[in-house]
Amino acid sequence: MHRMVSVKVQLEFRNVQYAVSSGRKLVNGISFQILQGEMLVLLGRSGSGKTTLLKLVNRLLEPTAGEVLVSGRNTHSWDPIQLRRHIGYVIQEVGLFPHFNVARNIGLVPSLEAWPPQKISARIQEMLRLVGLDPDIYGRRYPHELSGGQRQRVGVARALAADPPVLLLDEPFGALDPITRAELQREFRELHRRLGKTMIFVTHDIREAFLLGTRIGLMQEGRLVAIVTPDEFLTLDHDEARAFAGCLQ
Amino acid sequence: MWGARSEILHLTAEHVFLVFVAISIAVAIGVPVGILMTRRPRIGKPILAFANVIQTIPSLALFGFLIPIPYIGGIGTSTAVIALLLYSLLPIIRNTFTGISGVEPAVREAARGMGMTDSQILWQVEIPLSLGVVFAGIRVATVIAVGVATIAAAIGAGGLGMFIFRGTSMLDYRVILAGAIPAALIALAADFGMSALEKHFMRERRS
Repeated sequence: MHRMVSVKVQLEFRNVQYAVSSGRKLVNGISFQILQGEMLVLLGRSGSGKTTLLKLVNRLLEPTAGEVLVSGRNTHSWDPIQLRRHIGYVIQEVGLFPHFNVARNIGLVPSLEAWPPQKISARIQEMLRLVGLDPDIYGRRYPHELSGGQRQRVGVARALAADPPVLLLDEPFGALDPITRAELQREFRELHRRLGKTMIFVTHDIREAFLLGTRIGLMQEGRLVAIVTPDEFLTLDHDEARAFAGCLQ
Repeated sequence: MWGARSEILHLTAEHVFLVFVAISIAVAIGVPVGILMTRRPRIGKPILAFANVIQTIPSLALFGFLIPIPYIGGIGTSTAVIALLLYSLLPIIRNTFTGISGVEPAVREAARGMGMTDSQILWQVEIPLSLGVVFAGIRVATVIAVGVATIAAAIGAGGLGMFIFRGTSMLDYRVILAGAIPAALIALAADFGMSALEKHFMRERRS
C-alpha cells in the first residue's frame, strides 16, 4: 500500500479503552502507533495503567472499546494462542518454571510449536549465548540455582526463543539490585539494537526510560498523556512530565 | 499356630485390598474434582462443605448408614469400599485444590503470556508443580483409611478388624494385637512410602 514508507507499523492502538466490571476505566482513549524496530518505553506511576496497556497487546486482557492491531491485524481476529506465541513476554517476577531446567524453559515455545528437537537445542544454545550465559554451565541448572540477574537473562532468552517480532517487557529489571540492573539495561539496549525487534517496555524509572527508549509514552491515570522522543520529553509542558524529569537531577 | 499366621496374612491382604481399591477410586474422583474446583470457584465451596460433612460422620455410623441404601449399600466389601472412599475424598480434594491454587501466579501468567493453552498449563505446569501437595493429601487419606478399614469387619467386609472385634468380644488382647499390629504396620508403611514420593516431587518444585 505505502511503497514509499520503508518501515512498517508493527503495533497500533485505536482509541482503546479497558474498563473493569465496576465500570472504572483502567486505560482510556489510547491511540498510538509503533514502527517496526522501535522500543517504546511506557513510563508512569504505579497504577497509571501501563501493565494493563501491555496486556491488551497479547490479549491477556481484551479491550472494552477500540482496537489493538498487531502486525496489521486486529488482535480480536487473531487466535489468542498464536498471537501470544508471536509476541515475547517478560515480567518482573520472571515466572520461570521451577520444575524445568534453564534449557527446557528457554525451549518452551519452540517445543510448543513442535520444532524438531535438534533445531530447539541449537536455538537454546544460541539464546543462552545471546544473553551472556554459558550454555554448558547454565543449560542444566534449575531456576532456583540462579541469581536474580541470571534468572532475568533466562527470562529474556525464553521470550526471544521463537524469534517473535514483538516483545513486551513489564518492569523486567525492577526487582534487581542497582548494579545488576545497570548491567542488564546496557546489555539489553545492545540486544535491541542488534535484533531490531519491536518492543514495549514498562517502567516507572525515568533513567531506564531514557537509556532504553526510542520513544517514551507517559501514562497518567489511564491516559497516554504524551508519546515523544527522550529529547522532546524534557521540553514537555506537562506537570507529570516535569515531575518525572525532576527525578533525573 | 500355622493357621493363625495364614489368617493374619489373609486378613492383612484383605485389608490392604479394601484400602487400595477405595483410595484408587478416591484419587480418580478427588483429583479431577479438585482441579475442577480451581476452574469453577463457585462450585468449590459446596463441594468442600459436602466432603467436610462426610468427614464429621463417625466412621461406625457411616458404615451403618450405608447398609440400608439400595445398590451401593448392603453387607460386604463394596459397602466398605464406598465408606472408605467417602472418607478419603476430603483430604484428596482439598489438597488438589490447594496445590493447584498454590502455583505461583507469576508462573501461571508467564505460561499464559507465552501462549500455552489451558490444558498445556494444567498438564505441564500446574499438575507437576502441585504433585507434592496432592500426594500429601493421598498419604493422609491412606493412613486414615487403613485405620477406618478395621471397622469394615463390622459389616462383613473382612480385614484386620476381624481380629480386633473378635479379640474385644473374647477379652483377649493377643487377638486384638494380631489385628492392630499389622494394621499399624500397614499405616506406617503407607506413610513412609508416600512421604518419600511426596519429598521427591517437592524437591522438584523448589523455586
